[in-house]
Amino acid sequence: MSQVFLGMPATAPAGVGHLRGTESFPRAARRALADPQLRRNLGHATTTIRAKSAAVIDELPDWAQLRAAGSAIKTDVLARLPELLVQLEAKVTEAGGVVHWAADANDANRIVTDLVRATGSDRVIKVKSMATQEIGLNEALAAAGIEPVETDLAELIVQLGDDRPSHILVPAIHRNRAEIREIFLRAMPGVDPALTDEPAALAAVARRYLRQTFLSTRVAVSGANFAVAQTGTLAVVESEGNGRMCLTLPETLITVMGIEKVVPTWQDLEVFLQLLPRASTGERMNPYTSMWTGVTSGDGPQAFHLVLLDNGRSAVLADRTGRQALHCIRCSACLNVCPVYERTGGHAYGSVYPGPIGAVLSPQLTGVADNASLPYASSLCGACYDACPVGINIPELLVHLRDQVPHPRAEATAMAAAGYTMDRPRLYEAAQRATRLGRLAGRRGRGLPPPLTGWTASRDLPEPPEQTFRQWWAQR
Amino acid sequence: MRIALFVTCLADTMFPEAAKATVRLLERLGHEVVFPAEQTCCGQMHVNTGYQREALPLVRRHVRTFDPYDVIVAPSGSCVGSVRHQHPMVARRAGDERLAGRAEDVARRTYELSELLVDVLGVTDVGAYFPHRVTYHPTCHSLRMLRVGDRPLRLLRAVRGLDLVALPAAEQCCGFGGTFAVKNADTSTAMLADKMRHVLATGADVCTAGDASCLMHLGGGLSRLRTGVRTVHLAEILAATEHRDTADGRNRLGVGP
Amino acid sequence: MNSRDLVLGRLRAALAADPPTTTGAVPRDYRQSGALDLDRLVQRLTDYRAQVHRAAEDTVAETIAALLPSGATVVVPPGLPAGWLPPTVTVLPDTGLDNRQIGAADAVVTAAAVAVAETGTVVLDGSPDQGRRVISLLPDRHVCVVRAGQVVATVPEALTRLVPHRPLTWISGPSATSDIELNRVEGVHGPRTLHVVLLS
Repeated sequence: MSQVFLGMPATAPAGVGHLRGTESFPRAARRALADPQLRRNLGHATTTIRAKSAAVIDELPDWAQLRAAGSAIKTDVLARLPELLVQLEAKVTEAGGVVHWAADANDANRIVTDLVRATGSDRVIKVKSMATQEIGLNEALAAAGIEPVETDLAELIVQLGDDRPSHILVPAIHRNRAEIREIFLRAMPGVDPALTDEPAALAAVARRYLRQTFLSTRVAVSGANFAVAQTGTLAVVESEGNGRMCLTLPETLITVMGIEKVVPTWQDLEVFLQLLPRASTGERMNPYTSMWTGVTSGDGPQAFHLVLLDNGRSAVLADRTGRQALHCIRCSACLNVCPVYERTGGHAYGSVYPGPIGAVLSPQLTGVADNASLPYASSLCGACYDACPVGINIPELLVHLRDQVPHPRAEATAMAAAGYTMDRPRLYEAAQRATRLGRLAGRRGRGLPPPLTGWTASRDLPEPPEQTFRQWWAQR
Repeated sequence: MRIALFVTCLADTMFPEAAKATVRLLERLGHEVVFPAEQTCCGQMHVNTGYQREALPLVRRHVRTFDPYDVIVAPSGSCVGSVRHQHPMVARRAGDERLAGRAEDVARRTYELSELLVDVLGVTDVGAYFPHRVTYHPTCHSLRMLRVGDRPLRLLRAVRGLDLVALPAAEQCCGFGGTFAVKNADTSTAMLADKMRHVLATGADVCTAGDASCLMHLGGGLSRLRTGVRTVHLAEILAATEHRDTADGRNRLGVGP
Repeated sequence: MNSRDLVLGRLRAALAADPPTTTGAVPRDYRQSGALDLDRLVQRLTDYRAQVHRAAEDTVAETIAALLPSGATVVVPPGLPAGWLPPTVTVLPDTGLDNRQIGAADAVVTAAAVAVAETGTVVLDGSPDQGRRVISLLPDRHVCVVRAGQVVATVPEALTRLVPHRPLTWISGPSATSDIELNRVEGVHGPRTLHVVLLS
């Protein structure tokens, strides 16, 4: 009991939010792989973004230095996280904001729901935010009779399509223009059936659909890309202007922010404002970035609440190797270069955090037992590490987490036996001979017993040679 | 120069031609090759599957076996990557700082074949002859973990008779990934299908790489589809001469019907 | 125990369990500044579909007149230089306009605080010649007048010129989205047309 009161690092609670899938990655991936339309949509989108991002990164002669600086800033942030959060709290409060602390998803959902209720509004407009998706805020608000309206185009597509997000940056990446048109025609009242699937026409429909909602809703909920401890300044990076609408028009703004988003100084933004857009959307700068500090008299919301969210982050922080996952700035570059993500899409990961970063972040937030298949959802090809603008060594983390996952008993036995044999050259040579004998005994070419059937379903196994290398060497 | 061969368990057991070719090539270039017989496996499979504790004795054995040698070579980017990046980590996690230091020391003296040839021995034309249309798959660990860059391509360009054709989307993973190919067989197969499509698009009759593991995966798929494209380890191409075409006529890395 | 103490306690315990070894030093050997190049600003703004017009202080009004149809209603912040506005438009000074009036206007004309050449960005900071954030958001057309002296080459230089506690809006081209097949298309919720009038 006393330990609880001292505050031991804790993982994110089950039964709330969207960090855990309902089935293992290989099982969920199989369904996605069988969907050729999905494969085409993902292949097209990720190929496009990879080329765009590479082109604008190549323009900067100092990308490597920016990346090193970004990584160093995040390392420093984590080392001083408690003090920086306290500083941020003081600065935001000084500027007229109110800071709330949320230990977990339930805590955060309750805080936000109570704040909205206090305004008397039965609707909130939302800027795309991974943190609020992670905690399942929309479900919590709906249960309290408050309608959450997603205003980001991709989030709107997901919400209207009664779908789940599949990408950190572009939650509807799995939908192509024709499918988006279908969703709009079905779910938006008053859409002209002559609507084409031109992206500009689809965007115009969303503009008309949401404009009245923006103007008439008194409360907005946002996330934050960065929060500056030194000044109390919050920053939201976006493209469409829905963010500006939410951050400007309502009377009350509630920002839910993962505690790792704090940066020490105003100057630190110069690094991340260069890294994020180029790695994320492949732009030199995204169309809109809003920065605000508390409340400004006569301009924008006159009530500002900042909710600082733990929800498992303290548990991630407790692991020296694992804590680098908290460097993540949610750019999604690792998704766009991942050969696994490109083929399975985001839903297969079960969590709101898909792709390589999701495969290391989700199991750490929930505890590895609850997402045991995710650290294996990678061929360890290393493309994610190269692409990460803050240098998170995702392959190293995957291997680190695989070591903590509860292993299937048969596999553990086989691995122990293999380890034992390989540490004894005489036994090892005997096993090499047995490999050959086993193959000669009738399993030629194709077909292996489970659990290796997955291999031979689509590939032939090589014929063992007449002689191992060491036999040849001995006879030279 | 006296060079110790780290054969790797896969080449030793399944693809000895790649290892034999490494020996012949280095001897042809005038070097002495030794084979420390106490070596077995670097433990990469254990580490990558989540069994670092079981890998520890293998790391210890590897370090003990190769510590006496000044220059160590392996015909595998992946296994050299394991020696460089995983051995010190496994030792450290087990709290054995002394072993970690020795592992780092051994790693500094361990080279993937193309690194040894180009950086240590200073040679790109090894006097090979291989009259075939060849495409090169860079393999993820050679490309991104070791950063071998264009060394293999420089070696291949100097091979007489060889028609080198660029592989589209070469930097994309073939889908092997060790136990990934078993645990996520469907995704691995989808990745393999794309890689094979790119290989076939080159019109090459040989696909080469510096890793027997990726070639086993790719060769297994190409064989299943009866494409007629052979997979041949880089060492075998570099060892081939007019007098002895070690890789020709026999599909050592390919597989039986 | 309240959540604040709980979270801070957890974080302190997490760090104590496995203390970081960082010195906290951040290598800042990336470029802090660059050579000023107005043509680059023009090129980068244009690249993201902003329409750029070069003018001098005494030709601003005629430049803007050419951009807006005669009789257009134009919202302006209270401190905008009066000489910038052509007589052909109907001016709505923001002395507390409501959102409907602002949204119904044909355009907004503002000044800027800073512009970044390398990224094609203009930044508004809520000064009297730029006004409340809402006025540059709701009209479908934004005319932003930038003085040459406000242009810097790089993002680091821009941040040193900005005051953190002011409400800041960084604008790089018109409203856009990449949400449909990851292709950038212009025109969602913000102004669909962005004119930048560059004074030099």
